[in-house]
Amino acid sequence: MGWLVGRGGWSRQTYTVVAYLVLIPFLLFNLFPFVWIAITSVKPNQDLYNTAQSPFTLSRITLEHYQFLFTKIAFPVWLRNSLVVSLAATGISLVVGILTGYSLARLRFRGSTWMATGIFVTYLVPPALMFIPLAHVVRALGLGNSPLALIVTYPTFLVPFCSWMLMGYFKTIPKEIEECAMMDGCGRIQTLIRIVLPVSVPGLLSAGIFAFTLSWNEFLYALVFIQSEARKTVPVGVVGQMVLGDVFFWGPLMAAALLGSLPVVLVYMFFQRYFVAGLTAGAVKG
Amino acid sequence: MVASATSDNREALRPVGRVFTFLHREDVTGYLMMLPILLLVMGLLAYPFLLAVSWSFTDKLIGAEGRFIGWRNFLELPRSSIFRQTVQNAVIYSVAAVALKTLLGVALALALNQITWLRNFLRGILLLPWVIPTALSSLVWLWMYNDLFGVLNYILRVTGISQEGYLWLASPNLALFSVIVVNVWRGTPFFGIAVLGGLQTIPEELYEAAAIDGAGVWRRFLHVTLPHLQSVLAVVTLFSTIWTFFDFEIVYIITRGGPMNSTHLFATLAYQTGLIAGKLGEAVAISLYLFPILVVMIYFQLLYLRRMEV
Repeated sequence: MGWLVGRGGWSRQTYTVVAYLVLIPFLLFNLFPFVWIAITSVKPNQDLYNTAQSPFTLSRITLEHYQFLFTKIAFPVWLRNSLVVSLAATGISLVVGILTGYSLARLRFRGSTWMATGIFVTYLVPPALMFIPLAHVVRALGLGNSPLALIVTYPTFLVPFCSWMLMGYFKTIPKEIEECAMMDGCGRIQTLIRIVLPVSVPGLLSAGIFAFTLSWNEFLYALVFIQSEARKTVPVGVVGQMVLGDVFFWGPLMAAALLGSLPVVLVYMFFQRYFVAGLTAGAVKG
Repeated sequence: MVASATSDNREALRPVGRVFTFLHREDVTGYLMMLPILLLVMGLLAYPFLLAVSWSFTDKLIGAEGRFIGWRNFLELPRSSIFRQTVQNAVIYSVAAVALKTLLGVALALALNQITWLRNFLRGILLLPWVIPTALSSLVWLWMYNDLFGVLNYILRVTGISQEGYLWLASPNLALFSVIVVNVWRGTPFFGIAVLGGLQTIPEELYEAAAIDGAGVWRRFLHVTLPHLQSVLAVVTLFSTIWTFFDFEIVYIITRGGPMNSTHLFATLAYQTGLIAGKLGEAVAISLYLFPILVVMIYFQLLYLRRMEV
């Protein structure tokens, strides 16, 4: 804020007004698609494809598109699949991330700095480089066309950033509280579970929420590894099964986009503080 | 008798005790705790990567063994017009998108940093495009870009900007522009929040000192704000460049790489070549073409981060 105060230029109030004015186009640009999802999802088909009427008018409201999702297609199954895959991948990634982050933050062993750098590098390897050979590995492991394929492969991009984030968090915890516990006869693992983890809840929440969001939003691996309709996750199910050739059912599609985004939006709203903390701690995608 | 029994027990326990102390050595514990991530990296990153490298020298098709053909995949790709087009698209797509995201992100962060009323609320809702699944938001954009019933053309019509509207996804240049807009829409909030984090670490005294020295608003921004944002911007733009270069969902869903391959990126071309046309050898060669660039980018990022730490 300070760079605007002092001699030369406008008063602080003027700058604040300018700031609000600058935010208006951002709000329109960022949020308009959300408004559009909501309007489309409750508008009857006759009105959706009627060029004589403004697309902004909402003369009648219908829930038929939502009904379609729950009665005509496997949408509820995709929701369940997404939830199972995301929770499992997040759980695995947190456990591995805790072990890795703790040993890199606290234990001295040969090669640890080298390994930390290696993990940072794997964190930058894009899935677009890996999906073809990984599909082969997944099939060789007998996991082809199974949600297990996703639970096993998502940690490849979740664990590196969970480890990185938790390593940073563990470093901020004073060593003394651990030394006391070990003096009292706790082993390393016991100290980690009883002393370190309880004070690391904010860090674990940040990493966990991020991992859950990334898993829920993942598209490429789910598209390549899963073929059966009943085993798909929400994004792939919606894109793959609800678009028939060039025919788009925009009402149900937007209803699905709304419901499919809702879980991550809710998680984000409840834990916004941790989410933003995680975001500034380690950049993920953008 | 009793004494000899306990000494026997001690003899018997000694190897166990040795294993016990060995497991409690700090470095051994460290390696054991690293074991899961090492297995993961070896089995699901390093091994598939080497597999891709070995396939890239063959003419492997889906479901068939490939023959070794040396460098032919790599030599023939630059002769294919689709591949050359893809390289051009990817460069334009990532340079334009990252530049726009940086500019808009800095503007957004400066504006948010200036206000107090509603700041957290606005920061929260402005981040939403980045939170929801890209595959689903791409569908919304596809719907908004619809030439007949899409809302964008409706707005152009009623504001009198264009009576017939645009075919957003039908002409090559406009289609590339349209997918860039979606990428910028998704990524700008992330830049904004990261830069805002950077802005909040700048000590107020620096500005006061600069103001006393007579530096105006612009010079304070240039000489105090920007240098402090350097590290945040370096990290965020490098990350974003990598992710943007390898983007998949937006193009796959909105244009499928068309029209006339004008929006294909490396990931969508590799997907189409490998999984639709079944030419796995050629497909992994397409992905691997970028690997050297990725290595150089990561190298500079590491170099930069290390310099920041010293």
